Amino acid sequence: MKKHHITLNVNGDDYDALVEPQQSLLDVLRDTLMLTGTKEGCATGDCGACSVIVDGVLQCACLMLGMEAEGVRVETIEGMAQGGDLHPLQKAFLTHNGLQCGICTPGVLVAAKALLERNPDPTETEVRYWLAGNLCRCTGYDKLIQSVLIAAKEMRGA
Amino acid sequence: MAHDILENSGFAADRKLNIVGTSPIKHDGWDKVTGAAKFSSDIIQPGMLVGKLLRSPHPHAVIKSIDTSEAEKLPGVKAVVTGADFPRIKEGTPYGDMTRMVMAQEKVYHEGHPVAAVAATSESIAKRALKLIKVEYEALPHVIDPVAAMQPDAPILHSYMRTKGVKPGDPKVSADRPSNVVERYELGVGDVDAGFREADVIIERSFDTKPMHQGYIEPQSCVASCSEEGEIELWCCTQAPFVYRDRLSEILKVDGSKIKVQQSELGGGFGGKTAFYAEPVAIQLARKARRPVKITFTRSEVFRGTGPVSGTHSRIKIGCRKDGVITAAEAELVFQTGPYSGSAFTNAPQAMFTRYDLKNVRTVSYEVVSNRPKVASFRAPCVPQVVFGVEGIISELADRIGMDQIDFRRKNAMADGARTIYAETFGKIGFIETLEAAKACDHYRSPVPKGQGRGISTGFWFNRGGETSSTLNVAPDGSVTITIGTADVAGSRISISMMVAEELGIPVDKVRAVLADTHQLGFNRVTAGSRTTFSQGVVLVDCARKVIKEMAGRAARIWNVPEEGVEFSNGSFRPAGANVGEFQPLTIADIAKKTTSTEGAIAARSDMNVTGAGPGFGCHIVDVAVDEETGAVEIKRYTVVEDAGKAIHPLQVEGQFQGGAVQGIGWALNEEYIFGEDGKMQNPGFLDYRMPVASDVPNIDTVIVEVPNPKHPFGLRGVGEVPVVPTMAAIANAIGDCIGVRPQSLPMSPPRLLQLIKERGAAK
Repeated sequence: MKKHHITLNVNGDDYDALVEPQQSLLDVLRDTLMLTGTKEGCATGDCGACSVIVDGVLQCACLMLGMEAEGVRVETIEGMAQGGDLHPLQKAFLTHNGLQCGICTPGVLVAAKALLERNPDPTETEVRYWLAGNLCRCTGYDKLIQSVLIAAKEMRGA
Repeated sequence: MAHDILENSGFAADRKLNIVGTSPIKHDGWDKVTGAAKFSSDIIQPGMLVGKLLRSPHPHAVIKSIDTSEAEKLPGVKAVVTGADFPRIKEGTPYGDMTRMVMAQEKVYHEGHPVAAVAATSESIAKRALKLIKVEYEALPHVIDPVAAMQPDAPILHSYMRTKGVKPGDPKVSADRPSNVVERYELGVGDVDAGFREADVIIERSFDTKPMHQGYIEPQSCVASCSEEGEIELWCCTQAPFVYRDRLSEILKVDGSKIKVQQSELGGGFGGKTAFYAEPVAIQLARKARRPVKITFTRSEVFRGTGPVSGTHSRIKIGCRKDGVITAAEAELVFQTGPYSGSAFTNAPQAMFTRYDLKNVRTVSYEVVSNRPKVASFRAPCVPQVVFGVEGIISELADRIGMDQIDFRRKNAMADGARTIYAETFGKIGFIETLEAAKACDHYRSPVPKGQGRGISTGFWFNRGGETSSTLNVAPDGSVTITIGTADVAGSRISISMMVAEELGIPVDKVRAVLADTHQLGFNRVTAGSRTTFSQGVVLVDCARKVIKEMAGRAARIWNVPEEGVEFSNGSFRPAGANVGEFQPLTIADIAKKTTSTEGAIAARSDMNVTGAGPGFGCHIVDVAVDEETGAVEIKRYTVVEDAGKAIHPLQVEGQFQGGAVQGIGWALNEEYIFGEDGKMQNPGFLDYRMPVASDVPNIDTVIVEVPNPKHPFGLRGVGEVPVVPTMAAIANAIGDCIGVRPQSLPMSPPRLLQLIKERGAAK
């Protein structure tokens, strides 16, 4: 199938990519740019494992066509730690066992980051509803939600 | 090899622990929070092709012919395989059935059964090639429900199949004609009829449960390659790398020494990744294409092509006296297994009543084939489904005789030394302590909030040991690598590293656990049945003790004293007494540094068939509210109480309790396979197959009970299976308490509850 050229910025770096018309942004990230931290759990927008931030908006990368990504700025899990410093969310997930197998973790962290950027002081209920688009089958959500609340508190300097 | 650690684990209740019982950061966690961890679908090989499977649209059909010639001609297609590319092993044998499950040969047995596969230079070319494959089917009548499949006029899946274990006088099965019933299994003890005569109250009910999917978020993915000399390398997400290696060797007729299985990080398994699906197909494609081939399932393929758990129908009858003693129990159980045997259904009669000390029990169980995906293991395989019924009747009996729910269970509880229906005599067990902890916890002592209902249920799982082979290597700087061949399904590497660090007296960050490929170690049994942290603890503590002994010998030679003159404590070797002489203590690192100048590498291995797993018991308490307008259930409060023996990493143990309970909540309230009249699954996606999301559940409170297992160096019992066993029963009991009628079938979804509420109204 004929490929089309796009340019996009991922985590601050500019990339060129050749994409087939049916390929998703997720395919471009994983298969073309080899940024495999963003996961595919369903490819239908139901599990949130591929959560990324596109031009400041939380999205499922599987629901956006690669060709629609021309000129966008994408933030993925690979860009979350700054230099050698983990994001407070990443630290909280490690310290409070917010992850078990880890497959949903990149999507959960990206989605949680998007939440805390718009609401630095969410209630537990707000966190649960915001993350309702991110399936986790291991943790029962308890420690995952607690990790987000602990990170939020730390980021507020509370 | 039997080893003295099995006879005497060295477990000491008063041992002071520095690391075990704390919750350090998981070493594998760092890569998991940054996206660097390599899961199966993240594996990339040079020259890699994309493999795709063609699946049957029919639930049951004869394959008349397959024409792949057009697909092969498509530019970019490098290989096409069908059932003809696999050795033809007799159907009705384990390896014959295993082969046919991954690629159909004579017939297809369920919608989604693979019939052909292609490898191409891109996914889009592979998909186009699938459309060019012509398969001619002769559709056959199909049967989905196991009870329907047991009827004399049901379509027969396998004309050669005769029911095993038939006994005269059972009208449901016969051994002299083809049948869909794989096996009839009878298990019992005592005199059930006399037991029921002694009872003051007898309750008998029928129950049914639907198949649910393990629901791991990582779809199966694998990359296979083959060298010019025929050596196969397979990367995949698996709970059983060594079992895959051995089964691949059997079904592909390749020496096991030429197959290397390397497990990737595992994105959830829960039992579902104990059997292979695409892996043999990727290998055959790679051998034909002479290039690496990657196959990754879509979510729809995961639902339609990989194992859910067994759906069940059961009839259960229990009787008790007014004083609370259960006098007899009886059960008839039907398990659906998919097209081939493999449900592990005998677990159910063995475990369903085990925790109650019953003298008179009779069970008859049937495993039945039908035209749906073959089932796979799931936490405590086949047990939660039947405990759903048992604990419903137990709760009802307690109410009928006016006894407290926990007191009634306590009255009948198994104690140390109890003998099970399957003829095992328990050693030290913690069921009574678990019930006492449940009764003492804040949740149980709090009144049930107005408008809500409360349910209690208990559960048991055997816990397992089994073949385990590991190595421990000490680097010259004193840091330690342990190489393990079991899978890490949710963080076992850290718990295993902690036990090694504790034994060696070094910080846990000085220990690294590495996931081995199958060339590196002896056979390791599947990671399942809550066996891994237990077994690895036994095996690697044995390795650590061997290394300590070796190092003590080297310290003795450095000091030029007899070996008995050296003792080890807190990570240092010291003179055992003043008469030995004055020497500065030597740490593990001090001796490791002298590796070259002493006798070379310091290493140990241990290969055992580990026994001594301590049985696990749990008790769940749940409060629910039911919206009588919509039939929706809200879980208001949930507490898991379970005996862990010893919680090596308490946060991990709590996570197992919480995760198991929430999977059970999904099974209880929403999850089911829905089939149309056409035999096709109608909900093969996360939108229509609805697993719990964060906003569906509350925090799950946990109480870790610790009744040490004396057969383990740190006293641990497996904790992974029990948390799902009581869940559906506890929720059903809570719903019953809330709306006045206890649901007897799963899932307890809004339409079903509305129907129950309506019938309740009509009965009034």
